[in-house]
Amino acid sequence: MKPFTYERAKSPAEAASRAAAVNNARFIAGGTNLLDLMKLEIETPAHLIDVNGLGLDTIEPTEAGGLRIGALVRNTDLAADPRVRRDYAVLSRALLAGASGQLRNKATTAGNLLQRTRCPYFYDPAQPCNKRQPGSGCSAIGGFSRQLGVIGVSEACIATHPSDMAVAMRALDAAVETVKPDGQTRTIPIADFHRLPEDRPEIDTTLDHGEFITAVTLPPPVGGQQVYRKVRDRASYAFAIVSVAAIVQPDGTGRVALGGVAHKPWRVEKAEAELPRGAKATTAALLDGAKPTEENAFKLTLVERTLSAVLMDARG
Amino acid sequence: MKFDSPATTNPIDQLNVVGKPLDRIDGPLKVSGRATYAYEWHDPAIKPAYGVIIHATIPKGRIRRMDASAASRAPGVLTVVTPESLPKLIGKLEKGKFNTATLMGGPEIDHYHQAIGLVVATSFEAARAAANLVTIEYEEKPGNFALDKLIDAAGLPKDGEPDSGVGDFEAAFAQAPVTLDQRYKTPDHSHAMMEPHATLAVWDADGLTVWTSNQMVAWGRSDLAKTLNLPEEKVHLMSPFVGGGFGGKLFLRADVVMAALGAKATGQPVKVALARPMLMNNTTHRPATLQRIRIGATREGKITAIGHESWSGDLPGGGPELAVQQTRLLYAGENRMTRTRLAVLDLPEGNAMRAPGEAPGLMALEIAIDEMAEKLGMDPIAFRILNDTQVDPEKPERPFSQRAFAEVFRIGAERFGWDKRQARPGQLRDGRFLIGHGVAAAFRNNMVTKSGARVRLGKDGIVTVETDMTDIGTGSYTILAQTAAEMMGLPIERVAVHLGDSRFPVSAGSGGQWGANNSTAGVYAACVKLREAVAKRLGINAADVSFANGEVRSGGRALSLTEAAKDGELVAEDSIEYGDLDKTHQQSTFGAHFIEVGVDAATAEVRIRRMLAVCAAGRILNPKTARSQVIGAMTMGAGAALMEELAVDTRRGFFVNHDLATYEVPVHADIPHQEVIFLDETDPMSSPMKAKGVGELGLCGVAAAIANAVYNATGVRVRDYPVTLDKLIDRLPDVA
Ligand SMILES: Cc1cc2nc3c(=O)[nH]c(=O)nc-3n(C[C@H](O)[C@H](O)[C@H](O)COP(=O)(O)OP(=O)(O)OC[C@H]3O[C@@H](n4cnc5c(N)ncnc54)[C@H](O)[C@@H]3O)c2cc1C
Ligand code: SF4
Repeated sequence: MKPFTYERAKSPAEAASRAAAVNNARFIAGGTNLLDLMKLEIETPAHLIDVNGLGLDTIEPTEAGGLRIGALVRNTDLAADPRVRRDYAVLSRALLAGASGQLRNKATTAGNLLQRTRCPYFYDPAQPCNKRQPGSGCSAIGGFSRQLGVIGVSEACIATHPSDMAVAMRALDAAVETVKPDGQTRTIPIADFHRLPEDRPEIDTTLDHGEFITAVTLPPPVGGQQVYRKVRDRASYAFAIVSVAAIVQPDGTGRVALGGVAHKPWRVEKAEAELPRGAKATTAALLDGAKPTEENAFKLTLVERTLSAVLMDARG
Repeated sequence: MKFDSPATTNPIDQLNVVGKPLDRIDGPLKVSGRATYAYEWHDPAIKPAYGVIIHATIPKGRIRRMDASAASRAPGVLTVVTPESLPKLIGKLEKGKFNTATLMGGPEIDHYHQAIGLVVATSFEAARAAANLVTIEYEEKPGNFALDKLIDAAGLPKDGEPDSGVGDFEAAFAQAPVTLDQRYKTPDHSHAMMEPHATLAVWDADGLTVWTSNQMVAWGRSDLAKTLNLPEEKVHLMSPFVGGGFGGKLFLRADVVMAALGAKATGQPVKVALARPMLMNNTTHRPATLQRIRIGATREGKITAIGHESWSGDLPGGGPELAVQQTRLLYAGENRMTRTRLAVLDLPEGNAMRAPGEAPGLMALEIAIDEMAEKLGMDPIAFRILNDTQVDPEKPERPFSQRAFAEVFRIGAERFGWDKRQARPGQLRDGRFLIGHGVAAAFRNNMVTKSGARVRLGKDGIVTVETDMTDIGTGSYTILAQTAAEMMGLPIERVAVHLGDSRFPVSAGSGGQWGANNSTAGVYAACVKLREAVAKRLGINAADVSFANGEVRSGGRALSLTEAAKDGELVAEDSIEYGDLDKTHQQSTFGAHFIEVGVDAATAEVRIRRMLAVCAAGRILNPKTARSQVIGAMTMGAGAALMEELAVDTRRGFFVNHDLATYEVPVHADIPHQEVIFLDETDPMSSPMKAKGVGELGLCGVAAAIANAVYNATGVRVRDYPVTLDKLIDRLPDVA
């Protein structure tokens, strides 16, 4: 870990402006991802802006009839909120499928969205990795790639985004509210928040330099059966090999988002038209253009079979 | 004490203390944080500096240039030890007898993450930050990293018996009416113990003292002396608490050597712990194997030919994984063959991990037996029992000392409800799960080896045991206390045990499941001497003396034991040494593992639902600690079956998943109800304790039982561990 300076931000706008003003600054929320990466010198901020004291830790109703989740709401609290459990069950289920109790107690809503990939080569600073060190190459292509992406991948990077929470948020059409260093605020639909790697895999999201997340909003409840199914080798405390977040309505229509397959939560709205026709047709449309590696091609079958099971569950 | 004829009745047979499920005597220290693990050795007189190792980041080659100048200037840094600084510091580093690669590399690099230097600073954080400032230029050399490409190049290992044979295997196999010829794969495994390797090193006028985490104190001490070119008397090694080892701490490792070098260079105490992401490539691992098994049998199921071949790899000068050894002893059959071949690999060093040889060997053999039973249309338990043998099949004149092989299966089958298992796979379903049942044999030899101890009877009436034995979480403290208490007729509260100090008599140490039987037998021997000394001091006849309830009784007299030491402490020391009972008799431990799995019909995720182990392992010295050993081993077996695999990058030459997020071991949610049954058994050939080991037996066969259960659930036979969903998913029925 490199030595760094530290301050406590006093307001979201100040946090953002300080992040732009101080060289190589980073926000710290729960610290469960950032500190690990700093210890390995994968992240080397010179300055940390602690945003824990900003009071962004409440969940409030929105005028539209949805919920506004403060950026600092802990994963544990979000999963346990009665409104979330009742109206957005897929989110609660996704959160509880992630990490461990201790980690969820610390992990925040914004931090979870911004957690970095779990590609094993990204975690070994001695190995070439375009995401960690742009231009150095991608070790995972042709290497140990069982866990990595199958769709939306590029020649520069095949990493996945590891969050469970974000997959459910994608299915729920959440939006990310931010404030920029100049004080301007904006709302980014979750669909546009995470990027594909293309030739700039070092950039995970569409946030600007210094831009600070204040909240995530959920639109009014959409009802339906809400299922989150996470597939993994061990029963707990492992990242998804694939995961399926689904909201299925009584008439068989619905929404599906996938985790563990791409650089972002993977949802293709037009594929959802196939839902009434079943998992095979839906998966074919969802994963059209997939480019798996030899080691992770099984994920295509796995998605289809998992979606089948999820649809069966949802239809009762 | 020489143990060269079978044990007869002795004081241990009273079983007043031995054999009781007592709590660990070191438990309160551990749960209150007062157990002195190496890195937490809080001696207020010792103000340590902190060392962080610099690791090689190529698998093979040499260092062209190493620039530590920025690191040396970094805040808090006291020194940087580099290959260049060695000659002045200590001369040339030698290699320990038990090491294959040198523990500090440079300029030559033998494997990824080999230690090549140390930064010592006033704080851990300063040392870690500075270690990243060292820049190194390498000259990389091509290496061999793919075992399956080296099958033809693999040769004979230089030690041991690479080939064994009886009768004419090839002919008998060719003639057998029912045959199996299959290949199996087991991956590299990491010990993944909780406590990483760690050492605090201090030099003074008497030499070097290290507080470390090591299973084998005497080996560690002699190899440390050898490595640093010191006389052994100048090295003092302490390892009183070990937070898990599983074989990964049998040998001297880089933490000790680097801490010693750092302390020498700075002239002050230095602590070094291996960082978790460095453990997998820096230390040893269980080597991957490729195995071929051929079995021929009569239509009635009698094995007539059994052949087992295994290939593994290691660094130049290393050894093979002895995956065929159980096949020489486990089943009958007149024509037999085993072969062990070794390839040269440039991956990190392979070495012992819990049940070395048998664990991966049985992972293959016990699937093969299941497959063969199916071919024969037999129940796999009936097939095993039919091919039971009470003698060493290679040397029929050598009987097993005890072999309750059939019994463990019969008892287990009844308890588990084996009769409800469906012989045809893919028949049972419970909700979303396909249900399957599997069984496998557990087998591990009992090794006898010299073990010493010292016992003191203090003026306060407390008996103190001193031996360099270690407790790696196994319960050694407790069973040694039980042994001394039984021998001296005391309650366990009046026994103190001190372990893991190289100034104490040399014991068997912890490895190969030999620790419990040998080290307690060593304490037994020392206590026999102490009893004689007590009798003498009290002036009573040693021949008819008995020790009970804190008293020494002879004839009609009863004297308090404390009486004997009132004029001064009594000290006795002895070792147990063995004759040839282990040559005339094959001493082994046996078990049967029963497993129920559920395989998710859609995703092919395998989840274990029930586990039962039945063990026949001689006298169980403490059923509670023994059970803990077995359930821990079953858990490790679950890991081996379902998730554990060091992923080899065959282009870049290293284990990629080198942390506990990516090298998965079972978590609580993976482990269902575990039941353990110990047969009530004593083995008078093993030692005066009549005990054997259980710590490795509990692991042997577990993974195969799980793989067999997965087959029973799905009809998909996976011969390539771990049995992960990607190997099943294409062959499951459509999701209905
Ligand atoms: C062992 C382990 C297992 C895990 N398993 C899972 C799992 O199964 N599923 C899963 O989904 N996750 C898992 N996680 C990841 C965990 O969910 C994340 O570490 C956590 O959500 C990150 O939140 P945090 O608040 O601690 O973020 P931090 O570590 O504090 O920050 C992460 C990043 O977000 C930035 N940031 C934080 N807040 C803001 C803000 N308001 N605005 C702008 N930027 C901000 C920080 O600068 C930093 O770059 C696991 C983590 C660990 C360590
Ligand atoms: S997949 Fe992405 S994160 Fe992984 S090594 Fe390649 S560039 Fe790095």
